Amino acid sequence: MKGTIDAPVSTIKPKAVKRRHIIALMHNLAGQIITRIFLIAMSLLFLVPLYWMLITALKSTPELTIFPPTFWPLHIQWSNFIQAYTYISFGTYFVNSVVITALVVIGTVLSNLVVAYGFACIRWPGRDQIFYLLIATLFIPLPIAIIPLFDLFASLHWINTFLPLVVPPFFASAFYVFLLRQFLLQTPYELIEAARIDGASELQILWRVIVPIARPAIAVVAIFAAIGAWNDFTGPLIYLQDDSLRTLAVGLVFFRSTHDIQFNLLMAASLMSVLPVIILFLVFQRFFVRAVTLGSIR
Amino acid sequence: MRASNFHRLNRRERSHLIKGLLFISPWLVGLLVFTIYPFLYSIVISFTRYSGFLPPIWLGWQNYQRMFHDALVWQSLYNTFFYAVFAIPLGVIVAIILALAMNRQLYEVAVYRTALYLPSILPLFALSLVTLVLISPQYGLVSYVLTALGFPQMDYLSDQNTAKLVIVALAQLGAGNAALIFLAGLRAIPQTLYDAARIDGASRLRCFWSITLPMLSPVILYNIITGLSAALQVFQQAFIMTGGGPAHGTLFFFYYLYNSAFAYAQLGYASALAVFLFVIGVVMALVLYAIAQRFVNYEQVS
Repeated sequence: MKGTIDAPVSTIKPKAVKRRHIIALMHNLAGQIITRIFLIAMSLLFLVPLYWMLITALKSTPELTIFPPTFWPLHIQWSNFIQAYTYISFGTYFVNSVVITALVVIGTVLSNLVVAYGFACIRWPGRDQIFYLLIATLFIPLPIAIIPLFDLFASLHWINTFLPLVVPPFFASAFYVFLLRQFLLQTPYELIEAARIDGASELQILWRVIVPIARPAIAVVAIFAAIGAWNDFTGPLIYLQDDSLRTLAVGLVFFRSTHDIQFNLLMAASLMSVLPVIILFLVFQRFFVRAVTLGSIR
Repeated sequence: MRASNFHRLNRRERSHLIKGLLFISPWLVGLLVFTIYPFLYSIVISFTRYSGFLPPIWLGWQNYQRMFHDALVWQSLYNTFFYAVFAIPLGVIVAIILALAMNRQLYEVAVYRTALYLPSILPLFALSLVTLVLISPQYGLVSYVLTALGFPQMDYLSDQNTAKLVIVALAQLGAGNAALIFLAGLRAIPQTLYDAARIDGASRLRCFWSITLPMLSPVILYNIITGLSAALQVFQQAFIMTGGGPAHGTLFFFYYLYNSAFAYAQLGYASALAVFLFVIGVVMALVLYAIAQRFVNYEQVS
């Protein structure tokens, strides 16, 4: 919080005022130091799991059972990564995760953009009422749907394929529609009307006028859809039964329960699963911060 | 919109209506197929015995009666609420404290923001696996630190309560996400409020209770609601780390639902559980909303 309200002071300060100012300054400084220490400590604490994943992945197998645990591997074993890659079907899991994530992102961006456009850029009777319906659906949780959906996909013979995971995102989701609509509502309607007068079809308006403006919001949606798909566990758990189809999430977990595996290899594989998310985050950091503000326009 | 109204629209409005509906058609189809249909289907199937292979057999209220007498239902409900009662308040408090700390004028706040937010987007399965390494009774870092502090050495996953607390602790890694939302909320509080309070001689603590918290209350409510929704579905960590044990100590409600459906092939009973979970969710949301009316302040200060 900012300091006290300062009354205008002449440059020559009486001693009492000067002392009060110094004390206030020291309070502020002490507060800053304490806050800094706290934040540094918490940051380190939050990063411990990641750090431990890294060093465990680099330890040799006997070193895993040293007590007290070492904070840095005695001999760095880069070979663990290669071993993890060959011992576990890491390549298969990785490719599956990538394919599913890519398809989910494509479906999410396309469908949500189109639907949000319909809710934001075209004025039609009944639009806002139906939008309230959309908001209402935000409160229906997932569990009640999984069993009927499983049955549905089973009757379509989609079980044990990527389809149950990849097709639903092509039908938009209330959350992303809400986000995109909020953003699109900020574009001046005159721009869209002008394009209409010039004879552009709605799709052309969407592609030529809206998409360039909405790029940041689209990026946010794409990033979060990607992370959601990459991290998804329950979906692949239910629908992917062949080991050759599994994603990293379920693949690693099941491998651990069906094979004998040392934790250093498991951590090496986990680290390689986590790395894409970290890279995505570091490269697109500003979009994450933007996402918070996008979402909090309530 | 009745058919007769359709003809009352002029041509432009009609064409816009058609285009609008066309554009939102993916969502409408999705709504029907992925939301409304499953919802109704769940309710219907919950009254049957259905294994997924043979046609469903009508059971009437039997599933619900069985649910009432099923010890595992109450155990799993208890586990879920135990988790919710600890994880949600703790999450909110940690997030607010972090947001307050990050709100100070510090030059390097972006570094802290990065470090604190990153764990919340990491895949939960990876975090669960590394937690297994960290709390290993003989070789884990957490065990090492806690025994150095004087706690007895134990396998935290072998006791019903500590196992749940481990999962609660693991969930706190996601606090970075909420902290950023709170930070945005903090920054939206007009400085003039604090200045006015200072003039009136309010202490820092008083400022916090009377200005910060009330102005943050909508965000707090939002976090509690989303936290509750997530808590009712907690599943992954238990599946990976404990398999529901020890002695069903970490068998959360959704885990039991999953088992009933996919391990025991009792889709009818699982649907009854799903309906029950839905009802619980709705009731809790209404309760929260009623409480919110009393405490949450939506007035904006211009």
